[in-house]
Amino acid sequence: MTDHILRMTGITKTFPGVKALQDVNLSVRRGEIHAICGENGAGKSTLMKVLSGVYPHGTYEGDIHFDGERCAFGGIRDSEHAGIVIIHQELALSPQLSIAENVFLGNERAKRGVIDWNRTNYEAGLLMKRVGLRENPTTVVSDIGVGKQQLVEIAKALSKEVKLLILDEPTAALNDDDSAHLLDLLRGLRDEGITCVIISHKLNEVTAIADSVTIIRDGRTIETLDMAADEVTEDRIISGMVGRALDNRFPPHEPKIGEEALRIEDWTVHSPSQPGRKVVDGASLTLRRGEIVGLAGLMGAGRTELAMSVFGRTYGINISGKIFKNGRPVEIRTVQDAIRHGLAYATEDRKRYGLNLIEDIKRNVSAAGLSGLSRRGWVNEHEEYAVAERFHKSMNIKAPSVSSVVGKLSGGNQQKVVLSKWILTEPDVLILDEPTRGIDVGAKYEIYTIINRLADEGKAVLVISSELPELLGLCDRVYALSEGRITGELPRGEATQERLMQLMTQATTTGQE
Amino acid sequence: MTTLSLGGGRTIPAKYVPVLVTACLFVAMFVAGGIRYEGFATGQIVLNVFIDNAFLLIVAVGMTFVILTGGIDLSVGSVVALSTMIAASLMTGPGWPPYVVVPLVLLVGSALGLVMGYLIHAFDIQPFIVTLAGMFLARGLCYTIGTESIPITDPTFTAFAQTRIDLIADMWISPSVIIAAVVVLVAAYVLHYTRLGRAVYATGGSEQSALLMGLPVGRTKVAVYTISGFCSALGGVVLSFYMLSGYGLHAVGMELDAIAAVVIGGTLLTGGTGFLLGTVLGVLVLGLIQTVLSFEGTLSSWWTKIVIGMLLFAFILLQRLFSARTRS
Repeated sequence: MTDHILRMTGITKTFPGVKALQDVNLSVRRGEIHAICGENGAGKSTLMKVLSGVYPHGTYEGDIHFDGERCAFGGIRDSEHAGIVIIHQELALSPQLSIAENVFLGNERAKRGVIDWNRTNYEAGLLMKRVGLRENPTTVVSDIGVGKQQLVEIAKALSKEVKLLILDEPTAALNDDDSAHLLDLLRGLRDEGITCVIISHKLNEVTAIADSVTIIRDGRTIETLDMAADEVTEDRIISGMVGRALDNRFPPHEPKIGEEALRIEDWTVHSPSQPGRKVVDGASLTLRRGEIVGLAGLMGAGRTELAMSVFGRTYGINISGKIFKNGRPVEIRTVQDAIRHGLAYATEDRKRYGLNLIEDIKRNVSAAGLSGLSRRGWVNEHEEYAVAERFHKSMNIKAPSVSSVVGKLSGGNQQKVVLSKWILTEPDVLILDEPTRGIDVGAKYEIYTIINRLADEGKAVLVISSELPELLGLCDRVYALSEGRITGELPRGEATQERLMQLMTQATTTGQE
Repeated sequence: MTTLSLGGGRTIPAKYVPVLVTACLFVAMFVAGGIRYEGFATGQIVLNVFIDNAFLLIVAVGMTFVILTGGIDLSVGSVVALSTMIAASLMTGPGWPPYVVVPLVLLVGSALGLVMGYLIHAFDIQPFIVTLAGMFLARGLCYTIGTESIPITDPTFTAFAQTRIDLIADMWISPSVIIAAVVVLVAAYVLHYTRLGRAVYATGGSEQSALLMGLPVGRTKVAVYTISGFCSALGGVVLSFYMLSGYGLHAVGMELDAIAAVVIGGTLLTGGTGFLLGTVLGVLVLGLIQTVLSFEGTLSSWWTKIVIGMLLFAFILLQRLFSARTRS
């Protein structure tokens, strides 16, 4: 029998209204690198949160056996104590502290409560050598790059005598050199006997490094493949990730496509946090009136960054490129400019960026279009009420009245409020970022119907979505974005999940400078 | 807790609950005072609270704007003192007339607020730090004008100080109360019926989403500190009617009284929710505590501070419960 360090069996995790995980099984052999693959939202991160105790024992069903023992973790402390360390995509370092301080944070090298700085820095130096980090242990973390910060996280994990190291999208924010170094390091750790679980969207890396791969789709385990025995290719993994039947979840729609509405040319955006890194790299795309265009890409591909940088430069620095509205070049420097030129952007994070949750429906609906509802700064409250009431009916927002607080509504109804808000500004181009995220199936259908209606009114709609079936079912044309570059464009007839996934995972080796 | 159920199936939206609690508290204090002390339960007692606290009310109105955006203005007390000082010195020394002095004072206060607001917006500095610096600056400027109290003998000012405006049934108010009432009404109108008001609430509710809705967040922030500066200066003018002097030690700690009034009035310190009516009630509650203690006679004025302290704890606790339930 093979020696399994970790066996998770029958894991089911339910959130209100959604089954995030359903009877998931995961077995990891001792001393291997085990990859977990799946689309965005398939349940990978939820599974890792169950394992690491973020969702404590009792909030899920199923069993976890780790290192021969049945585990019931009450929190991250318990799982770390057992030897499981998770490194999240968003690094959890304290930026103003030194490398050594971060490595031993919560685990300080101290004598009777007083920190022993010599020992701290000395031992940190040893750990840093193991991960190949050539820096002074007293260097402040914010002064080193993300690649090196990732190494600090791993050194920190090593300081806790880790047996199972979980990395969530470790190379998503790294350039090629740093990624290569990280993968080498993981191989080295495997040879030292540390088991690694790696969640990654980059299938070339998965095939290069993993010993076995488990594929998760829609919260279920699909299969576990042994890389050596099964001769696994990237295509094999993709078909496992997307192999879901398309059923009739989309309202029928006959597009009436007209003139060009918006054209973006050679759009390049740099990251504000890592100067020099291109988040969007020379992207060009065209939207036409009455057309629903999809933008596909995996997490970190730069979809939202592209949309927000176009929408009044709300993301990024050193933005270059041209925007043409109805064929004429336009300058869009602020959100007000964008609204004036007929652009609307419904954000993916509607709770944080899209709505004022503590206000009521009518004030949220009127927020972006206040200039149309007011004269010389005075808001016409009667008209505001009438407008909100109109959307309440036409969008079928399920709420007792337009004075209901938005924070109390369901996701689908909140999204309808967001859409109402933007429709009120009478845009020609709507960019909808994950319009159906966190919305149940029935409400999704309603949102799709609204999107079709907007297109029929002659508006151009750009839909950003992580759900490929949604893009295929809704859009007349789909662009694929990978690592900030447009890697392809497929019309409705030619787009399939497999082809899109290929374009989305296509490595752009020259992407870094 | 979206709604608070009452008997008979009627409900009150959650956002009005803190204001209602404050209103009930005020009524309860008034009734309790009326039972305990003879001659307490008269309309004039309430009016006296307004008369004695008109300047605090005006300052608290400005503070409400700032706190609604999620900011704070620590400079108000010092700006009040500076205003009394500028007014007194200009009228007593060179003998400038009040119709020149008062607009000048208002201009100085607004300009101070404008500069602080600009610094907060343009350099993205925390309001606490910027207005703390403004507080030291304004207080320091008082002493460059003079270290002693400067009496005001201008006939217009003394007339304002002594005028009684008679109401029905032997009740009266001072002109300051009318000024404060006008400020409250105008401010309530601006907050409720103008785009600026909407932007104030939206900025406090979620600054990031306000930005993405195309609301002028930066301009709004500069505006609220300017309004607060203006209100502080006006509060200073009204205080000099009341005190008939300018002094660098006037209104020490008044920023904290103003913050207390706003918070007791149910405005969230994190911004986004609250009403001017709440602030008015907050000032009334603070004033009535003082009145009760003066009727008690034997208690020292420190009891005012102790009661205010306990009240603040109670209200912050209430807010905490309130917002925690709203989120879940």
